[in-house]
Amino acid sequence: MLWKEFLQLRRDRLTFAMMTLLPAMQLLLFGYAVQTDVRRLPTVVVDESRSSESRALIRVLANTDNFTFVAALPDRASAKRWIERGAARVALVIPPEYQRNIRSGNTGVAQMLIDAADPQSSGAAISGAQLAAQARGAQLLASQYKIRPPVEIRVRPWYNPAQKSATFIVPGIVGILLTITMTLIASAAIVKERERGTLEQLIVTPIGRTSLMLGKLVPFVLVGYVQMTVVLALGVIFFDIPIMGSLVLLYALALVFIVASLGVGLLISTVARSQVQAMQLGYFFMLPNILLSGYIFPRAAMPEPAQWIGAALPLTWFLDILRGVLLKGVGMRDLWTQLGVLSALSFVLLVVSVRRFSKTLD
Amino acid sequence: MNDPERVVGPAVVQTRALRKVYGELVAVHGLDLEIARGEVFGLLGPNGSGKTTTIRMLCGLVVPTSGSANVAGLDVATNTEGVRRRIGYMSQRYGLYDELTVAENLRFYSSVYGLVGHDREQRLAAHVESLGLGSRLKQRAGTLSGGWKQRLALACATAHHPDLVFLDEPTAGVDPAARRTFWETIYQLAREGTTILVTTHYMDEAERCQRLAFLSRGHLIGLGTPAEIVKQFNANTIEDVFVMLQQRDEADEAVLSVARPS
Repeated sequence: MLWKEFLQLRRDRLTFAMMTLLPAMQLLLFGYAVQTDVRRLPTVVVDESRSSESRALIRVLANTDNFTFVAALPDRASAKRWIERGAARVALVIPPEYQRNIRSGNTGVAQMLIDAADPQSSGAAISGAQLAAQARGAQLLASQYKIRPPVEIRVRPWYNPAQKSATFIVPGIVGILLTITMTLIASAAIVKERERGTLEQLIVTPIGRTSLMLGKLVPFVLVGYVQMTVVLALGVIFFDIPIMGSLVLLYALALVFIVASLGVGLLISTVARSQVQAMQLGYFFMLPNILLSGYIFPRAAMPEPAQWIGAALPLTWFLDILRGVLLKGVGMRDLWTQLGVLSALSFVLLVVSVRRFSKTLD
Repeated sequence: MNDPERVVGPAVVQTRALRKVYGELVAVHGLDLEIARGEVFGLLGPNGSGKTTTIRMLCGLVVPTSGSANVAGLDVATNTEGVRRRIGYMSQRYGLYDELTVAENLRFYSSVYGLVGHDREQRLAAHVESLGLGSRLKQRAGTLSGGWKQRLALACATAHHPDLVFLDEPTAGVDPAARRTFWETIYQLAREGTTILVTTHYMDEAERCQRLAFLSRGHLIGLGTPAEIVKQFNANTIEDVFVMLQQRDEADEAVLSVARPS
């Protein structure tokens, strides 16, 4: 069985190419497109104060890197038009009394108008504005009143110090691509034999259900490893993904995940009657994987039921492993839970699929 | 070729009140059948008469609703895998892997039957020679013509020397020359002691069988040598019997649909 599957795989060049090249393209697309960091929001300034204080504030804001100043405008009305046109996302309005207020010991108030239709970019604008205000405030306190801020928190972002979203997303892409391909090829496997009439032929032979199923799976494990290697390599080359931990450990743990994903596919193929049906079921399974596994959206932010569903997905646990090993360099000691859950999932999926697969036609 | 003399020997296939029901449709009404060792036995009937269902029950592909079937001395219901080791099955769709070569198909199917290593290679070599597949070994099965595919499918179904071979409409879509060669091979197998159970609706093929069973809507309505069948139905040829039965079926169908206004 095994030998035959390997032969078929080798003959089927198109499938093999699809299994390795397609993921590579997807990685590049996802990796470059799914950038959640918002930088350089186009910003216009309405400086009615025209003072040294207002210019200092603009400088501080520009330094945060969240804003790019595209134009200086005479009044609020034109700033509003810029935002409406989409030419600017942010407008900074500094009122005439700004410098006077600061100098007289009051609070200098500037206003920032934000196009908050996209919460992610407005979030970046808000945090940039707050940072800038604090920074400027501290500068003024120190220079004018010789007062130091009483409390300060120094933030050290570990594991992804530059806070690049690619570093977070690309390991996820490895996981999601493996899920997609493994589920789809495994689900097509049995159904394909059914459609071509070879399943009928196989069933009348004394071959066991388990060896039939396992014979199908083992070659796909190899495909999974090839794919994982391709995607990881591209991640390192194009997105500077760090490999902090042990690759051997990662590959060893990936086995359980690959088997679990194949198990899902096999289960699908025992239900589906045609390849089209298998595909549809496969895509149906993809959606929760993309949304609930923590691939893009953090699981901690989800309502509890969504978290439970997420916990039943192999990808959720494999993402912990991927990010843990690649970004944090954690060792086996911290991954026993993930290994345990994945093993249990694989076992259950395989047993259920073998049980469900009956060697009869009705 | 029409041996009037009935083959006497231990029964290789024995069914008792074998019955299969799909929902409302009764595909096979209690079938009693006995087939002896080395016999070339034909299962005849129009489409939907229950031929394929019967064969599938005997192979364990379909679970009978009631009744029992013994194949090669084993109960199909309780010892399905045992039965499967002793039978060969060639389906209407041949069940070949198109992207594998002739040799690879053969090797795969024989290994599934537990043939390995040196023993397998020796057996396959002899098998390939007797079926004349030698010149095609390296060709992909998908590129073979109908006749060659059929020959390869037969080779795959018989490489493990089964006691009994099921052929489900084996010669559909195959040219007459290839059919003739095919039947020569079948008789060769039968002489070596393999029992052949074949379904067909080609009348010339039916006449080549030593014994026939006529099925109509799941009922066994005629059993015997081709000559006996012809006599039983007062017809001139097997074909006449067949056409007569089909017309009767269609007439019944018409009566039924009148009686059952929907």
